Amino acid sequence: MTLLEVRGLGKHFSGLHAVDDVDLDIAEGRITAIIGPNGAGKSTLFNLLAGFYRPTSGTVRFHDRDITGMSPHRTVAHGIARTFQTTKLFEDATVLDNVLSGRIVRSRSTVFDAVLRTPRHRREERLNLDKAMAALEFTGIAGYRDEIAASVPQEVQKRVSIALALATEPQLLLLDEPAAGLTEEETVGFAQLIRDIVADGITVGLVEHRMSMVMSLADHILVLDHGKEIASGTPDAIRTDPQVIEAYLGADHADQEGAG
Amino acid sequence: MTTTFSPQRIGTVLVALALLAAPLTLGGEEYVLRVLTVGATYAIAVYGMNLILGLTGQLSLAHGGFFGIGVYVVGLLTTDYHWAFWPSLAVAVVATAVGGYVAGVVALRTHEEYFAIFTMAMGFIIFLVISRWESVTHAHSGVSGVKFPEGFGAVDFSEPIVMYYLVLVFLLGAAYVTYAVRRSGIGRTLVAIRTSEDLARSIGVNVGLNKQLAFAASTTLAGLGGGLFAAVQGFVGPSAAGIDLTFEMLMFILVGGLGTVLGPVVGTFLVLFLFEFFQDFEAYRFLVLGPIIVVLVIFAPRGIVGYLNQFVGRVRSRRANGSRNPGRPHDDRKAESTTDVKEAL
Repeated sequence: MTLLEVRGLGKHFSGLHAVDDVDLDIAEGRITAIIGPNGAGKSTLFNLLAGFYRPTSGTVRFHDRDITGMSPHRTVAHGIARTFQTTKLFEDATVLDNVLSGRIVRSRSTVFDAVLRTPRHRREERLNLDKAMAALEFTGIAGYRDEIAASVPQEVQKRVSIALALATEPQLLLLDEPAAGLTEEETVGFAQLIRDIVADGITVGLVEHRMSMVMSLADHILVLDHGKEIASGTPDAIRTDPQVIEAYLGADHADQEGAG
Repeated sequence: MTTTFSPQRIGTVLVALALLAAPLTLGGEEYVLRVLTVGATYAIAVYGMNLILGLTGQLSLAHGGFFGIGVYVVGLLTTDYHWAFWPSLAVAVVATAVGGYVAGVVALRTHEEYFAIFTMAMGFIIFLVISRWESVTHAHSGVSGVKFPEGFGAVDFSEPIVMYYLVLVFLLGAAYVTYAVRRSGIGRTLVAIRTSEDLARSIGVNVGLNKQLAFAASTTLAGLGGGLFAAVQGFVGPSAAGIDLTFEMLMFILVGGLGTVLGPVVGTFLVLFLFEFFQDFEAYRFLVLGPIIVVLVIFAPRGIVGYLNQFVGRVRSRRANGSRNPGRPHDDRKAESTTDVKEAL
C-alpha cells in the first residue's frame, strides 16, 4: 500500500528548478531511498515532504489525505518525522530532555494543567517519560540519558536525533544522510538500526550518499539529477540502469563515496 | 521527584521566607517597605520578561511600555473614571494580554536583533503616547490619587504592610507559573524554540503560535506589575513607561539569572538594594554598578541563580556518577530524578 504519494512535485527558487515534476510512491513498511549527485534536489524534496518548503507545483498525499504545503507542526502531527543532514540537537539539554521534546506534539496538557498539576498532566508526563525511554533504548543509547547532548560522541548524537524523531511516533521517518561522517563500522550499526525501525512498523524514506548502504537497505530507489527523476526501481534495476550509470555512478562514483 | 532537602528547594524556601519576613525585620521605616513593595511590582514584570527572553530567547524591549500601559490603565480608570481598583486591574491585565498578542503577530515576524529593535520602537511609541497625549494621560503632570485596592473584612490595603503582602501574593504567583511552565511540556516547547527553531519545527512545534503566546504572557505580567505599581505609588508619571525601565528590568534579570524560577526576584531585589546603597552617587552610581554587572556577566553569564544551579548540578552529578561509565545503562536510578536538577529552580 502506498503511504505517501507524490505527484508532479516542483520547487523553484527564483528560476532554479531545485525539484522539477517529481513523482514518488513510498510504500508502507518499506525503505525508499532517494539518491543522486550533490545538488540533485534530494534534501529539497525532503523539505517539501516534511512541510519545510511550500511546493510551487504538484501534490503530496499522505494516507490518502492531501498534505501539500502543510506546515511542519501539522505534518509531524500527521505522522511524518525527519532528521537533518547536519545533526541538529538541543545541544545544552540532556539526551533524555532532547528526546522528551519529541513528545511535545503528542501532548495535550495545557499550561493550566501544568500550573494546577492535574491528573491528566501527571499521567501525560509519565507516559512521555516512558515513551522517551523506550526510544532511547530502541536506539541503544539509554546509557547516555543524563549526558549533555553536545558532549556525547557524534555517532551517539546521530542516534539521539533518530530517537527524537521516533519519540514523535511517526509512521513515516525521513532520514537525511543518517550515515554521513560515520566510520564503516558505525555505518553497519546504523543500517541495522534502520532495519529495526522498519521491523517496528515504521516506513523509512532515506537520502544517502553511501551506495553500499543504499543498495543493501532500500526496497525502492528514486534517482534524481538536477531536480528531475532519471530512474526509479529496485536496487538491481538501478545498478544496471544506463542513465544512472552515466549521470551518477559512472563519472563521479568515487567522488560521491568520498563525500558521503 | 525532588528530594525534600534539595538545595533548590532550600533556596526557594529561603527566598520565600526572606520576602515574607522582610517587612518585619527591616520595615520599621516606611521608606524601606515602600522600596520593597515597588521592587516586588517590578519583579512581577521581570517574570514576564523571563518568559519571553529567558525561555524563548527573544529580547523584547517593549516591556517598559507594557508596564506603563498597566500603570496608566489602573491610574486613569481609578481617578478620572472613578472605577474601583480591582476591575481596573482586570482591564489592565486583559489590555496588555490582547495588546501583546496582537503586537506579537507583527513583532514576531522579525528575529533576534530585529525583534529587539522592533520591540524597542514599540516600547518607545507607547512611552511617547503616554507622555504626550495630554488630554487623556495628563502628560508630564502625571496621574495622582490612584486608588488603593478595595479591602475585604479587616484587610485594609491602604496599610503599607498589607499592600506589600498583596503584591507578594501576585509575585509568588508569577514565580509559581514560571516554575510550572518550566517543568511542563510548555517549558520544553519554549526552550526548544530558543535552542533551534528549525529543530523545534521538525518535531512538530508550532513555533509562531507558541512565541506569540509566550510574548502575550510576558506582556500580561508586565501589565499586572504595572497595575499594582500604580496603586503602590499613588502618583505616577510617564517615566513608569520609559525605555530606562525596560533596561533596568533587563539588568535585574541578567543579574538574577535568565530562564530560572528565582532569578527575577533575586536579581530585582539585589540590584534595587545596590541602587539604594549607592543612592548618594545619583547618576554616577552607574559608574559603580556598570562594572559590577560586567564582571557578573563575564563570570556568571547565567546570573546568580543560574550560577548556583550549575554549581549544585555539578556537585550532584559528581556525587551520583563518580565511577559511572557512560554507555552503561543505569536503570536503577529513579526515572524522574533527571529532570529535577535543571527544573527545580
